[in-house]
Amino acid sequence: MELRSNAPTGPIETRWDRHRAEIKLVNPANKRKYEVIMVGTGLAGAAGAASLADLGYKVKAFCYQDSARRAHSIAAQGGINAAKNYQGDGDSIYRLFYDTVKGGDFRARESNVYRLAQVSVDIIDQCVALGVPFAREYGGLLANRSFGGAQVSRTFYARGQTGQQLLLGAYSHLARTVAEGKVDLRTRCEMVDLIVEDGRARGIVTRDLVTGKFEVHLADAVILGTGGYGNVFYLSTNAKGCNATAAWRAHRRGALFANPCFTQIHPTCIPQAGEYQSKLTLMSESLRNDGRVWVPRKREDCTRDPSSIAEKDRFYYLEEKYPAFGNLMPRDIASRQAKFVCDQGLGVGPEINGVRRGVYLDFADAIKRDGKKAIAERYGNLFDMYQRITGEDPYSVPMRIYPATHYTMGGLWVDYNLMSNIPGLFVAGEANFSDHGANRLGASALMQGLADGFFVLPYVIGHYLAQAGKSKTTESSAAVTATLQETQGRFRKLMDIGQKGSRTVDDFHRKLGGIIWDNCGMARDPKNLRKAIEQIPQLRDEFYSTVKLTGSGESLNRDLEKAGRVADFFELGELMCRDALERDESCGCHFREDHQADGECVRDDDRYAHVAAWEWRGNGPEARDGNYVRHQEQLSFEYVKMAQRSYK
Amino acid sequence: MAETIDLKLHVWRQNGPKDAGRFEDYSQYARGISTHASFLEFLDVVNERLVLDNKEPIMFDHDCREGICGMCGMVVNGEPHGPQKATTTCQLHMRSFRSGEELWVEPWRASAFPVIRDLSVDRGAFERIIQAGGYITARSGAAPDANAIPIAKSLADEAMDAATCIGCGACVAACPNASASLFMSAKIGHLNSLPQGQAERDKRTLAMVAQHEKEGFGSCSNHYLCEAACPKEISIRWIARMNRDLLSAAISYKPAEQRAGGDGLSWV
Amino acid sequence: MLKAEPLPLLATGAGKKAAVAVTGTILYGFVFAHAVGNLQVFLGPETINAYGAMLHSMPKALWGARLVLLGSVVTHAALAMNIYAGAKAARPTRYKVNAPIAEQSILQRYARQTMILSGPIVMAYLIFHLAHLTAGAVPGLPFKEGDVYGNLVRGFQNPAVAVSYIVANLLLGLHLFHGGVALFQTLGLRHPQWDARTRPIAFLVTAVVTFTNVIIPTAILTGLIGSELR
Repeated sequence: MELRSNAPTGPIETRWDRHRAEIKLVNPANKRKYEVIMVGTGLAGAAGAASLADLGYKVKAFCYQDSARRAHSIAAQGGINAAKNYQGDGDSIYRLFYDTVKGGDFRARESNVYRLAQVSVDIIDQCVALGVPFAREYGGLLANRSFGGAQVSRTFYARGQTGQQLLLGAYSHLARTVAEGKVDLRTRCEMVDLIVEDGRARGIVTRDLVTGKFEVHLADAVILGTGGYGNVFYLSTNAKGCNATAAWRAHRRGALFANPCFTQIHPTCIPQAGEYQSKLTLMSESLRNDGRVWVPRKREDCTRDPSSIAEKDRFYYLEEKYPAFGNLMPRDIASRQAKFVCDQGLGVGPEINGVRRGVYLDFADAIKRDGKKAIAERYGNLFDMYQRITGEDPYSVPMRIYPATHYTMGGLWVDYNLMSNIPGLFVAGEANFSDHGANRLGASALMQGLADGFFVLPYVIGHYLAQAGKSKTTESSAAVTATLQETQGRFRKLMDIGQKGSRTVDDFHRKLGGIIWDNCGMARDPKNLRKAIEQIPQLRDEFYSTVKLTGSGESLNRDLEKAGRVADFFELGELMCRDALERDESCGCHFREDHQADGECVRDDDRYAHVAAWEWRGNGPEARDGNYVRHQEQLSFEYVKMAQRSYK
Repeated sequence: MAETIDLKLHVWRQNGPKDAGRFEDYSQYARGISTHASFLEFLDVVNERLVLDNKEPIMFDHDCREGICGMCGMVVNGEPHGPQKATTTCQLHMRSFRSGEELWVEPWRASAFPVIRDLSVDRGAFERIIQAGGYITARSGAAPDANAIPIAKSLADEAMDAATCIGCGACVAACPNASASLFMSAKIGHLNSLPQGQAERDKRTLAMVAQHEKEGFGSCSNHYLCEAACPKEISIRWIARMNRDLLSAAISYKPAEQRAGGDGLSWV
Repeated sequence: MLKAEPLPLLATGAGKKAAVAVTGTILYGFVFAHAVGNLQVFLGPETINAYGAMLHSMPKALWGARLVLLGSVVTHAALAMNIYAGAKAARPTRYKVNAPIAEQSILQRYARQTMILSGPIVMAYLIFHLAHLTAGAVPGLPFKEGDVYGNLVRGFQNPAVAVSYIVANLLLGLHLFHGGVALFQTLGLRHPQWDARTRPIAFLVTAVVTFTNVIIPTAILTGLIGSELR
């Protein structure tokens, strides 16, 4: 299969403008004849649905939460990047583009990234117009901060709740279009399959989470804005409901899944406290500006009161190993080093499965230097949150932190027009793979979600519909009835197994997450990956014979929902491991122990400067080796020269 | 501090909006609970035990579990989101309770929030209040430069105070009148504070208040329990400001369609 | 599609509350003036009877004021009951456990919780009060048109009447205190710089009215004044 990015050529600064000038338009009177489905109402989904509705398309939007404004974009803390150069500190569209390509370790598509940097400027204008209360200077102009080690201050923020404010802005935009009758919004409703006929996406099958009813929704284009798959790890900073079912079902209907092994681990999260732990909570990375990371040098000190451990017995591993950057090392390296010291038995905090997974983030020196008041001003709300969750006072006891899965760069493969290889199926935001390469920079996720939703989808959907015309599929079409029956059968089968089962869904999910975290988490090696590729199908087989469910499939059934999602995570998790095994190099967040130089990634640009896009040929739980086919989209770097990241 | 505790747990079970509902005693499933677990993790543990005992798990809404999505919420011993101040249920931890303590867990109770099942209620009324006017009309792509209108820092900060509302419904649950005034006033206050929100200010206020009425919420009689229950500590001052905006809107608002004709002045 | 048409102000909860606050403010002004005027009872029969005669010498103003007050009372009470009924419909079920409310003072909490009780009691008192001292229609209590002092003293020399007046006025005090603070919230007249003062002012006005209304029956009952009519 030839993967064509359909990206324009020529000078990169003019690619998007020329593309917009050349794409096909739908006549305003005809727009209302076209129906568009939007799955997911996060930043990409809400912004996209509202923008398309305002253009005149008939939009149906779906979310599994009880309100569109609860999508997990809401939890982003830090900020949103934009190349406004309001600070006059030398920022530009080109610099944001350059930083993003380099930060992604040269595994993203240049044209897409440039467009992202370009429209970032419009996002801020749009959000301010919608009433997003960004932080301001005393003079009334917008405030910026530098984020994630960027050399310019280009991050806009609203306290520590930027994601919330942006989502509320996009959501209010959506709410207006719903009130005006332009969008039919369905909440507590989950997409469980994609309908494809004659190679074109024709609609979706949904399950109403309250009534358990399956419904068919047909449309002329289907957009997935369904977020990432971080919950494949069970423990992640994602919301509990985040899942990959929409994307995975699309994959099983033919959409390629790109770079599934590119998952980002955030270094400063609150560690797991016990077996019952349901999710991990992220603490802003800014804490590393003043906190010092350490573990005891001796194993026997790991259970001692940290204040009683002498300075010489403390191992400030980041400061010692990387004197130039110290505690401010990039996310991936800081994360791996934490794992490394804990694997050596130097971790602190509660012991879970025989290992203590936590390192100290100590503010004692900063408090001594700047005073408690200054530290409280800077981090008061984070310290409060930490205390609420752990019951420990970080002003007097060092915080404990550990990395956690946070974002997935991989996702469904899309071309420059955000269209997957299935015509009519578009993918936006975290759900696609396109803009972040092998590593996402801080404050770039919100930017991409809104860029896709506000400023890319409105053009590319029209371009597609103008060429493809209306879909002629009806509810009685063979593909529709077959898809509906298959879906119903899938859930019925789970319920049948569940009646006789003996292990809970969460139990399986925890085990699966454990396998993936241990073998395909922060550091990967071929031996462990092969082991995981063996273990996952075994666990999946057990799942399909012993999972326990109660209640009925024809009503609200939270465990059945979860079972459907976990079933898909099994397959996705296995694909992740296979992708990690096949990508025989280290790049960005994909760290292969067999391709490193002193703990740093060693890329293999000759063999792997490409996107790996996997095709599904399997057939459900029976799928084995030969059923995964790997395609490649070659990446070329005309503007940003490939170089090695170095922090020594 | 004890690492694990046993609780006398009573949970409200209700099959649907029409079902009468009743408390069930789940104390036998609520033993050996880690004090480091969150309240929702505690319910997860109870649910896993219920399922293995062939009983249907307790339905409760939740999602982000970091206090920002606003999806979770239940009344614990008469207090929305439980006893800890400024904390959502998902961030409430079991160290707030003593071993042997009796817990009564119920859904938000309000006619405008019908129970879906057990502890989960339908907060669609909030959605419709927002749809009535909780937005600024700005089509994608037509916005002026973000710095074109300076906004005083104090004003932006104030708008942000209101905008932190997570729409969980605890204010309604706490109010003896089941009024959604705090929620509504925060949403109105956020947008009415900003220069961008002025064009639709009167219409927004009137329409959202009208929708609040239609949804069957009670009206505010200054009990201020909403403020005490709010996990984001939204101030009841916003209700005062909404009242003022409402009175002024009632005097000055004239719908656009009535403006045509006459001498062209909408109001003298 | 959502039809979000504005409602008439008095069809909204906040609008009704505003009307309750406005009528309450009118009544507030009346009880204050009334109480201060009544203090003249301490100056002897001639002064207060002359005050009464003066008021009656302006029948248009008197009846005008009475109509405004009657309208205010009726509106105030009717809307309050309407709001109360709406609240009951909005929250038909109570919680199993009553939560402690740590942040409100006992006085404030009591005033708040008894608002709907103190209202009807004060209303009943008001009817009795009018029947007793305005219309002279209470059987067993002597009444002479124009003799304000005599009517007052003879009435309050009856311990049952005096005590019920005192109790009713204490309740009225709570009602006024909560209402006096709440009306600023309800009418949106809040500002950080005024807020600190509204509570003391409401408390002071309430205290003056309550003290006056309680001290008169107490003084008569204890024979401090009016003992010459015993």
